[in-house]
Amino acid sequence: MRQDLYANLTGIAVDILSNKRFRAIAFQLIVLLGFLGLLAYITRNAIHNMRELNILPKGNFLTEPGSVDNLGWVALDLMSVGARDPIWMFFVGSAINTIYIAILGIFFATVLGFIIGVMRLSPNWLVSRVAAVYVEIFRNVPLLLWILLINAIVFLPWPSPKEAIPVFDAFVASNRGLYAPRGIPLDGASTVGFVFLAGIIAAIVWSVYTRRVQAKTGKQLPVFWVNAAMIIAVPLAVFFVMGQPLSWETPQLKGFNYSGGVKLLPQFLALLTALSLYTAAFIAEIVRAGILSVNKGQREAASSLGLRPNLVMNLVIIPQALRVIIPPLTSQYLNLTKNSSLAIVVGYQEIVAVFMGTILNQSGRAVEIIGMTMAFYLSVSLLISFIMNIYNRAVALKER
Amino acid sequence: MKNIMLTTVAAVALAGTAFAQSATLDAVMERGQLICGVSTGVAGFSIADDGGNYTGLDVDVCRAVAAAVLNDAQAVKFVPLTSKERFTALQSGEIDVLSRNTTWTYTRDVDLGLEFVGVSYYDGQGFMVRKDLGISSASELDGASVCVITGTTTELNLADYFASNGMSYEGVVVETNAETNQNYEAGRCDVFTTDASGLAANRSQMAEPEAHMILPEIISKEPLGPVVRHGDNVWGDIVRWTLNSLIIAEEKGLTGAGVAAAGDSGDPEVRRLVGAEGDKAASLGLDSDAFGRAIAAVGNYGEIFERNVGPNTPVGLERGLNAQWTKGGILYAPPFR
Repeated sequence: MRQDLYANLTGIAVDILSNKRFRAIAFQLIVLLGFLGLLAYITRNAIHNMRELNILPKGNFLTEPGSVDNLGWVALDLMSVGARDPIWMFFVGSAINTIYIAILGIFFATVLGFIIGVMRLSPNWLVSRVAAVYVEIFRNVPLLLWILLINAIVFLPWPSPKEAIPVFDAFVASNRGLYAPRGIPLDGASTVGFVFLAGIIAAIVWSVYTRRVQAKTGKQLPVFWVNAAMIIAVPLAVFFVMGQPLSWETPQLKGFNYSGGVKLLPQFLALLTALSLYTAAFIAEIVRAGILSVNKGQREAASSLGLRPNLVMNLVIIPQALRVIIPPLTSQYLNLTKNSSLAIVVGYQEIVAVFMGTILNQSGRAVEIIGMTMAFYLSVSLLISFIMNIYNRAVALKER
Repeated sequence: MKNIMLTTVAAVALAGTAFAQSATLDAVMERGQLICGVSTGVAGFSIADDGGNYTGLDVDVCRAVAAAVLNDAQAVKFVPLTSKERFTALQSGEIDVLSRNTTWTYTRDVDLGLEFVGVSYYDGQGFMVRKDLGISSASELDGASVCVITGTTTELNLADYFASNGMSYEGVVVETNAETNQNYEAGRCDVFTTDASGLAANRSQMAEPEAHMILPEIISKEPLGPVVRHGDNVWGDIVRWTLNSLIIAEEKGLTGAGVAAAGDSGDPEVRRLVGAEGDKAASLGLDSDAFGRAIAAVGNYGEIFERNVGPNTPVGLERGLNAQWTKGGILYAPPFR
């Protein structure tokens, strides 16, 4: 009787242990507990050691004043941060600068990368060699050197504000920055703005409509010229009819520097140039690989249908190549964003230089500040991946 | 730089053991080498030559400590640190002592878990400009672009000074002295600001030192001195009294070369200092002649000053505030008794 019970219980235990579902959940639970345990151990140790070193956080440092004036410029003048502003504003402002350079860098690197990548496949020997040399030069030298080099040979030697010669009294290139006139809207400018917006909407509607017409009837309606007229010509006409409601604020030399107008800082230009040129070399290789991955039969088939070479590229090759290009392209975008943290060598005011550099040093809150900075990069990277994944799903092969 | 900070965070997070009393001294003895944090290159204070040999006032303080503790002024490993890295390197135990033109402030002394053991150079923040700008005072700097090194008190004073005078500036903030120098020489900024001693040191390294001038305004107090970790009091005392003994030696007219004969000195304080009378250094776990060895290795404070930054060196600093209290300065070490 007793033995039977024992045998039964063992039987049940073996059944449970060999149950796939149970095992999957149990092992995951064990791993999760182990991970949480490790996390708790690390946290406990960190607190213990920080107490031993007398650097345990006291109070909320984010609302204390930053006391430094190292964030003189926030992208697009979205905010202005001075020495008396709280530390969280330095975090937000420098984060905006990081995002700003990342977006612009991704844009320029992508455009340039696609051009170079297509150039490398050109049947013209000179064109393909130039592209190959570009890729090898930029890919094989560390980015940090490119940033320093571009800053030192392109931007630092520009003339000082007093020696710089303004072009048309409106544009100035000096070692303090590139200056251009800033447009200041007057009465009636909003009407022009509305007409411009309406033009863009009308252009989108027109594009969709012409595509439908072509799909139904095969008739091609003019798209480019009609859209150009709606977006550019009509608003321009309204602009002149309204009596040019825009005045220009030109940069003027005042004391040490120019003031007024739009200003692009040399450290920003140096970093943007280096990031774009460097990442473009990698993107070019990805694009080349993507195009080569498309079976040459596709090209031949498209040509034999009578499509012109640029239509073959745009309608047949690129859409198929994109499926191969997008995933590695996403990692290049992530790299570019993270590489922007090298900015401190030229003094561009992004999150690592301002927040993890100066603010960390002046406040001494290493653990919190590095934690916040890591969380920031993680969020931005996940966001980029998310957007790229949506796009990837759109271009991926659809099995029906 | 990122690496050092991340390592620190990782070290803080993962390290199982904490520092015991006087653990630093034991570690240095066992290692047979002192690890000393210095700057990435400020002429006269801490700079490496082509052969990697460090010289300078801050360097000599470390050599003196090594001579006192290990009886070998060469048994020092110098770790160049940027302003930004220096405190984390000390907190995490990567270096034993930080001797790197570091200003003694409340936050650093109290909130960062560090201990300033004294002042090796009394300094103040100044401004350097090109002579051809035609400026004679810092009050004319409204709107200027200013080169400044990140993570320094200089950065804080600069913001305060311009704000309190109702002026604005564009900060060009980089990480090392060399990068700042490059920016300033290329004309990226109109003004270079750091401690006046640092300005003189940088000017001595420029292509045309004569083309630059240091403005008369000194806008802050910058007491620079060696730093150790808070909590290891014995080690703090060792570094503090090594520095003090260098200063006392100058006050008493005891030179490095004179240490050998100092046992016969008529001055009891000199005899105590070199260990010929009593055994003061034993309380710190050192040999009785430890401080005598320190003075013999690098000379007294006056000799160190003249050799590294004095009027006859390229840096060319006057003693000024750093003269002995008996000679119109504020250099005043507590008595050795």
